[in-house]
Amino acid sequence: MATNILGISAYYHDSAAVLLADGEIIAAAQEERFTRKKHDPSFPSNAVRYVLDEGGMEMDDLCAISFYDKPYLKFERLLETYHEFAPKGLKSFLSAMPVWIKEKLFMRKLLNVELEKIGMGKPPRILFPEHHLSHAASAFFPSPFDEAAIVTIDGVGEWATTTIGHGQANLITILRQLDFPHSLGLLYSAFTYYCGFKVNSGEYKLMGLAPYGNPNTERFKKWKEIITNELTDLREDGSFLLNMDFFNYATGLTMCPEDKWEKLFGIPMRKPESELSQPYMDIALAIQQVTEEVVLRIAETAKQLAQSRYLVLAGGVALNCVSNGKLLEKGLFEDIWIQPASGDAGGALGAAYTAWHIWRNKERTVSGMDSMKGAYLGPGFGADDIRKVARKYDAPQKEYQDFDQLCTDTARLLEQGNVIGWFQGRMEYGPRALGNRSILGDPRNPEMQRKLNLKIKYREGFRPFAPSVMEEDIAEYFKLNNSTPYMLFVAPVREERRNPLPDGYDQGGLYERLYFQRSDIPAITHVDYSARIQSVNKSTNEKYWKLINAFKTRTGYGVLVNTSFNVRGEPIVCTPSEAYTCFMRTEMDYLVMGRFCFEKSRQPEWNEKSRWQEEYDLD
Amino acid sequence: MESIKEIWGYLRERKKYWLLPIILTMLLFGGLIFLTSGSAIAPFIYTLF
Repeated sequence: MATNILGISAYYHDSAAVLLADGEIIAAAQEERFTRKKHDPSFPSNAVRYVLDEGGMEMDDLCAISFYDKPYLKFERLLETYHEFAPKGLKSFLSAMPVWIKEKLFMRKLLNVELEKIGMGKPPRILFPEHHLSHAASAFFPSPFDEAAIVTIDGVGEWATTTIGHGQANLITILRQLDFPHSLGLLYSAFTYYCGFKVNSGEYKLMGLAPYGNPNTERFKKWKEIITNELTDLREDGSFLLNMDFFNYATGLTMCPEDKWEKLFGIPMRKPESELSQPYMDIALAIQQVTEEVVLRIAETAKQLAQSRYLVLAGGVALNCVSNGKLLEKGLFEDIWIQPASGDAGGALGAAYTAWHIWRNKERTVSGMDSMKGAYLGPGFGADDIRKVARKYDAPQKEYQDFDQLCTDTARLLEQGNVIGWFQGRMEYGPRALGNRSILGDPRNPEMQRKLNLKIKYREGFRPFAPSVMEEDIAEYFKLNNSTPYMLFVAPVREERRNPLPDGYDQGGLYERLYFQRSDIPAITHVDYSARIQSVNKSTNEKYWKLINAFKTRTGYGVLVNTSFNVRGEPIVCTPSEAYTCFMRTEMDYLVMGRFCFEKSRQPEWNEKSRWQEEYDLD
Repeated sequence: MESIKEIWGYLRERKKYWLLPIILTMLLFGGLIFLTSGSAIAPFIYTLF
């Protein structure tokens, strides 16, 4: 009997597909990377085709397809919520029901139709594990622990918004659950909305904005109190109730009633793309600190209930790496592992694992390493594919026979202040670029942060950049001893590397503070001296490690600036052609793809008929 | 038919029989009204449904 399972997440946000063969992850990818539409929620036809191709399989080779949530249970939640709030929510009810009556209530049929359209044979049986079980499975089964406490926190699945569980061998037991509408993810999203960022994509901007907040002001203290006293009823065990008088999302078409919030906080809702003033930074800090407090309490309860030395995390809130860093620093657990694709894309992986370990009751072996293969699970391209792109665009390039020499030369270019697109191997699964689809720079360069934000990424100037550091050198730069291969923990830059802040720094404007040189690696040191770290392991990503090592040989610094290979609003590049296009559209200086190096000044003039900036919606 | 069986199975499993008239009414009337429009991707600021 076939032992291969296809996992799918779709129809909400971040559709994805994953292929498991005998419990091993063969391939995983988000649909957005193929359709070039960020957070694409449509059925992941391209991703399914890709993962099956990568495994050399057709539908006949699968024993099951596993979808990442239970549609009927979600429908139950919708009906009961509308019933509870009636007659409020009629408009929302009328816009939600058509899609359910027409398609989502018949999810099995819908999936079968879509799968048959792919043309790779007749799909096998489809399973529907619960949304938070899928998250829990994506956190525990690929983790390096034989047993662990499991915490999943997101906006909402069917009913659950937060669960605490225990994983042991090939079993997961859910021990406690917090239900909709009381949701930490949606609380954070409501503030994202109020601060003028896009819900479900701008949450990480709010997190990046928080360090600009001033915790010493009366305003900040008052707002934090409002969040904990008026908006929420927070309990010792981390559970909480939201005061639904202040939230619209259960039945409305917005996150919160603006008039009530404006009265509560005394500032108007920020218009998207407008200037960021200090009050929004303070409010961002207030909700960030409350989030950290809630996550910490939930983790304490998880430790008590599961009696475990280890913790695994998943769900959208697990991408809040500042909160993760605080949790790690607290030392509640000996080690913490977080699923790199913690959002809904990761649900596809969890659904597949649930089918394998729970439905098929297959044993799980733990090797001491996680099973994510560095999250390099997407499409890879060879020298011929790159040559084709070079031919198509008539693009001069230099081919290296010796990869070490390529690294030495690239390190020199980085040292000279150049920004380099770095495209190698298989694409990452999850929201982070981890050195295979990355834009790189010199972290010591005082101009690098500004250059990357404004001339390469075309995004808001306040946003910080992350460092990639050789795993063995983490402690030299940061107050962190654990490895963090998926860029999921924030930790402080070591004190001896910091520059003292000038008098009146806290009173300065956003950009005044931002452009002050806070350390000897200013491009990756955020305004509160923190950094979102990726540690690079030689055996997991040897090519990237070699490049950083070459940079260290030249400069003494085993650390680079790493940002995702895309512009604002664009999904991370997948193919060599997309990488070349992105390289030519921006002020990137060099592009290194495989063993080929493209120098911008030698490329033919780049002409596009349409305005490419309008291709992507702002995120 | 398979979907109807599945919905009935779900209602029995969850003991949510009170949802049955709502679902039936929606399928009968809603189906007529809405079958011509909509897609599986919900038009909402935060896709809760």
